[in-house]
Amino acid sequence: MMMIVAIVALGALAGASGLLLGFAAIRFKIEGDPVVERIDALLPQTQCGQCGYVGCRSYAEAIAAGEADINQCPPGGQGGVAALADLLGRDPKPLDPDLGPEKPKMVAVIDEQSCIGCTLCIQACPVDAILGAAKHMHTVIARECTGCELCLAPCPVDCIHMQPISPTITTWKWVYPAAEARAAA
Amino acid sequence: MRFKTVTSPHVLADRSVGQVMRRVLYAMTPGIVALVWFFGWGVLINLALATVVALVAEAAVLTVRGKPLALYLGDYSAVTTAWLLAVALPPLAPWWLTTIGVVSAIVIAKHLYGGLGYNPFNPAMVGYVVLLISFPREMSAWLIPYGVGQPHALGLLDTLRIIMGGTGGITLDGLTGATPLDVLRTKLGLGLTVTEIRNSPVFGIVAGHGWEWATLGFLAGGLWLVFTRTAAWQIPVGMLGGLALIATIFHLVDPLRYAPPWFQVWSGAAIYGAFFIATDPVTASTTARGRLIYGAGIGVLVYIIRSFGGYPDGVAFAVLLMNIAAPTIDLYTQPRVFGARSG
Amino acid sequence: MTPPFPFHGGLKTVRHKTESNRETILPGSVPERLVVPLRQHVGAIAKPLVQAGDRVLKGQMIGQPDGYVSAAVHAPTSGRVVAVDQQPVPHPSGLPDWCVTIESDGQDRWIERTPVDYQRMHPSDLRNFVRNAGVVGLGGAVFPSAVKMNLSGHCERLEQLILNGAECEPWMTCDDLIMRERAVEIVAGIHILAHLLQPREVLIGIEDDKPEAIAAMNAACSGTGYQVRPVPTRYPSGGAKQLTKLLTNKEAPVNGRSTDIGVQCFNVATAYTLHRAVAHGEPVISRIVTVTGHIAQPRNIDALLGSSFADLIARCGGYREGVERLIMGGPMMGFAMHSDGVPVTKATNCILAVGADALVEPPVMPCIRCGDCVEVCPANLLPQQLYWHARAKEFDKIQDYHLFSCIECGCCSYVCPSHIPLVQYYRYAKNEIWALEKEKQRAELARRRHQARMERLEREQREREAKLRQKAPPRAASPLDGATAGPSPAEPASAAPASIAVNVERSE
Repeated sequence: MMMIVAIVALGALAGASGLLLGFAAIRFKIEGDPVVERIDALLPQTQCGQCGYVGCRSYAEAIAAGEADINQCPPGGQGGVAALADLLGRDPKPLDPDLGPEKPKMVAVIDEQSCIGCTLCIQACPVDAILGAAKHMHTVIARECTGCELCLAPCPVDCIHMQPISPTITTWKWVYPAAEARAAA
Repeated sequence: MRFKTVTSPHVLADRSVGQVMRRVLYAMTPGIVALVWFFGWGVLINLALATVVALVAEAAVLTVRGKPLALYLGDYSAVTTAWLLAVALPPLAPWWLTTIGVVSAIVIAKHLYGGLGYNPFNPAMVGYVVLLISFPREMSAWLIPYGVGQPHALGLLDTLRIIMGGTGGITLDGLTGATPLDVLRTKLGLGLTVTEIRNSPVFGIVAGHGWEWATLGFLAGGLWLVFTRTAAWQIPVGMLGGLALIATIFHLVDPLRYAPPWFQVWSGAAIYGAFFIATDPVTASTTARGRLIYGAGIGVLVYIIRSFGGYPDGVAFAVLLMNIAAPTIDLYTQPRVFGARSG
Repeated sequence: MTPPFPFHGGLKTVRHKTESNRETILPGSVPERLVVPLRQHVGAIAKPLVQAGDRVLKGQMIGQPDGYVSAAVHAPTSGRVVAVDQQPVPHPSGLPDWCVTIESDGQDRWIERTPVDYQRMHPSDLRNFVRNAGVVGLGGAVFPSAVKMNLSGHCERLEQLILNGAECEPWMTCDDLIMRERAVEIVAGIHILAHLLQPREVLIGIEDDKPEAIAAMNAACSGTGYQVRPVPTRYPSGGAKQLTKLLTNKEAPVNGRSTDIGVQCFNVATAYTLHRAVAHGEPVISRIVTVTGHIAQPRNIDALLGSSFADLIARCGGYREGVERLIMGGPMMGFAMHSDGVPVTKATNCILAVGADALVEPPVMPCIRCGDCVEVCPANLLPQQLYWHARAKEFDKIQDYHLFSCIECGCCSYVCPSHIPLVQYYRYAKNEIWALEKEKQRAELARRRHQARMERLEREQREREAKLRQKAPPRAASPLDGATAGPSPAEPASAAPASIAVNVERSE
């Protein structure tokens, strides 16, 4: 008798929970795959391909599908890995050293004396940040350049080099009070 | 001319952590003097022993952690923890009891959690509770105070001998006796009424002969701490207010079984705890409203443990329990920001 | 008189006012060389109108305002422009900025000065005039006053116009002196503000440790209806929000402006320069600077903008022995300078030299959660929580505690018994949050450009295929086989220019 009561009670509980969950699944359903959007929002959008995928969106999709690991993005840095780990509930890990080190922000600069106007770099730039035309001067729009370095290889005369961005009075930031923090720790 | 640069403000108030801690030590002195008068040299020996052990333990841990010794030993926080604990121990406590208590407080409760400013639990109370739970017999061997039919029985050397090496022929039975709260608890359990119990000579004028003078001394020191803004007033007010309130309620309901509120407030470690233990800034709540709630919580818990719990006095446990609650209290009692709508 | 409504927190500090307020304002001299920064205000840097070799007259505009939140910059004396380049400026970073360097010709010749009749001008014309005269807040924040003179729909009319003569920072006395000596002209400037903003009340807040200034302003305001209100001496009563609370018991909303509650606040020196500009046609080319601290003869100087700190200090008898730090501003909020070779700007209200004996750099201890910082914060914040989150670099959580309501007054760092540089943490956190915002915007832009590029390539691909299909049908109908009719390879060189021309977006 007690057994029947127990089975009925538990069964009713399970049924009620199932109904509630089913209702929630329909009522609160989200269209699309929001995880990919959220991962993409955390990536630096350098579109450099160092992760092994073409563009940050593909990498985001690969992470969401479980095909790629979260530590494959050098431009995002360790901070980016930590943010992805936070979002996905995984353990953060160090950046994959095979993919290159975390470098400071840089922009590409074309040496206009050497440029031959071949447009190979223009085709390579993933964000169309190079202005120019065939047999015409090419130049990098510094504000649009993400520092992905994809233009360096195609240039036949090797006239593109990367320049680090130095702080100006408008971009200068107060530093983290590190020495004091070390003393207080 | 070229100059060194650093951030504002370029003037600082003449305050330091050491100053805060030293003020606590000064404030404890009147109470300690009363304790020494009524309970003999043991109190002083415990203080000295605890101080030495605390400094040695702290120095050892700091060395292991690679921190600058002079800076952290000079902030008097180890000494303060040692004194707060030593005052709470029985005057004839063996040396190993004091040592274990202080080491637990300094090494485990303070440094293993990150050192000064990082410990979530009051170190002196952690040390006390470790001892209370591990060595209940030694921790209840309180001396009968001077004046309750007992002259100053023990000289300095005798006391030292007992603390350092055991009783050595002097029987402690004649020297030790129950504290007023202990008596209250036991006799209530036997069915006597509060009025009958309080006629015993150990109860003194208000709340225990000898004890009440020490309490008065701690009250004086505590008020000085509050007036010099070294301790936040909300905590003692909250704690004593909370304790008095719940004690009043129960006393009105059944005056024969529940002691009057002024007895509760004056006895045991209530006032000492309110001004010296609960006000430890590192482990208490930090917002103004939060501190009132935190204090009140301790007061209520003290009463509950005293009246319904397993120990005669509950200050240590009450403080530790409210230490757990402090971060949550902080979260929900944030003040209204300038320019924001209230609520 | 309604009593002042106290704000939470604040400190009583040592005042150190008498070192510099016992002498009258010293008239400034014309140095041989003036380095005039083009960025002396909040907002867009002024666009240079001159180049090396140009001759300029005193008061001539050398930097044009760039946009709405900007102000003009003028030549402080007549002479020849030596260069328009990067020079050291008074900034905590020690980095240089664009400056116009002028070699004075000793003649100090003015341009033709044309005052205006402000009562007949259209308000927006008057504001443009003010912008072109270079009038900015001279309390230290250098916000372009023309923008503040526009209610721009935040309220119908102003309830209270507040003039800030509080000067709560220790050591600083420039506002004290200008009120004592030039009260009539300050009041004339207030007339202009009152005319434009039509407030119901005009309140002038002055800390009660300045009795002479209060008397002078009272005398100048007689018959005008403007009320001089002494406020208790307490740092930071000169903060705009704090002064507003003291005088009106209103608090500017957390994410809003003071005009949302019908209040606007101007510094008394700003009112003075407004009067000089409107009634005398004189743009802002000088300001009163308090030179004090470890100086032989501290006093206030009416200094030309662009004179170097070293010049002013020399005019005050030079340094005393053992100067270790030079601060622009007061001891609570001022910035330490790398050298004294930097020029005076509109933001330079005080030059404070600090001797080694007065410098304290105690070791930093861990936070003991004493809560003293919470008690003194005039913005009712929890500096402790801000500290913990800034330290842990948790930039989301710190904003839950209203980091951007912090006015960086320094009260919390002042009282901290562990000597934690709290304000430095908050400045760091604010900068990081702004930098992260900028990064996000850049990343968003890059993402959109990349997407646009992908779409362009796809479109080109489709167009090529469509073109080939057009050519293909005649071939497919033919019974002939082996025809090498493959699609011709894409001609990047010809396809590229047209699409690039289309795709170069105007980036913002």
